[in-house]
Amino acid sequence: MQIRVRFFASLRDGLGLSDRAVELPAGATVADVWAAASDGRERPPAILAARNMEYTDYGTPVADGDEVAFFPPVTGG
Amino acid sequence: MRAEVRERPFDPLAELVAYQQGLAAGAYGALTSFVGTMRDFNEGDAVLGMRLEHYPGMTERFLERLLAEAAERWPLLDALILHRVGALAPGDPIVLVAVWSAHRGATFEACRFLIERLKSEAPFWKKERLQDGERWVEHNTPG
Repeated sequence: MQIRVRFFASLRDGLGLSDRAVELPAGATVADVWAAASDGRERPPAILAARNMEYTDYGTPVADGDEVAFFPPVTGG
Repeated sequence: MRAEVRERPFDPLAELVAYQQGLAAGAYGALTSFVGTMRDFNEGDAVLGMRLEHYPGMTERFLERLLAEAAERWPLLDALILHRVGALAPGDPIVLVAVWSAHRGATFEACRFLIERLKSEAPFWKKERLQDGERWVEHNTPG
C-alpha cells in the first residue's frame, strides 16, 4: 500500500525532505512509516505524528492512501 | 464561529469590531479577547523577524474542532480565532482569540482554554531571525 509522508519545520530542515511517498506491506504502523520514510534514521525525541491530519500514536495501523505527517512540538500562538 | 489562518497582516481590534457587528446586539453581555503579538526578544536574544509555518488543512481542522469543543463546555454565543502565518516583524499580531457569551465567567474561561490548547496542540511552528542567523523556536514560554 502507498502512504504519503510529510515532514514539517525543524524536522523537515534536518532531514532535507518535505514530502515523499512510501510503499509498505499491509499491517504497517505509523512507526513503520517513519522507518521507511526516514530511511531507517532514529526518530528524534518528542516528534509528533498525525494520520490523515489527526494526531496519532506510533502503534496505529495505516491504510492505503493515508497521509502521515511527522513534526516537532508546536510553537504557535 | 470562525477559525481562520491568514497569510497577510491583520489589525486584531478592527477584526474584533467587524466580527462583532455580525452578532445580534443585546444577545451577548460579555466579550473576552486575547491578542498575541510578536516580541523583539526571546531566550535572551534580540529577534529581528519571524516566519510562521503551519500544516495546511490539519491546522484549520484542529481549530474548528477546538471551537466546537469550547461551545460544548461553555454557553457561548460566538467565538473567533484568527492566526497569522508567513513573515512577521516585531509588533505584528500573531493570534486573535475572541469569545462572546451572556456572562463574563464563560468568556474568560473559554478564551483561556482556546489560547492554551491552540498554543500546545495546533500545528504551527515559529522560526526566528536573529542578528547572526535563524533558529526554530523549540518550545513556547509558559503562560
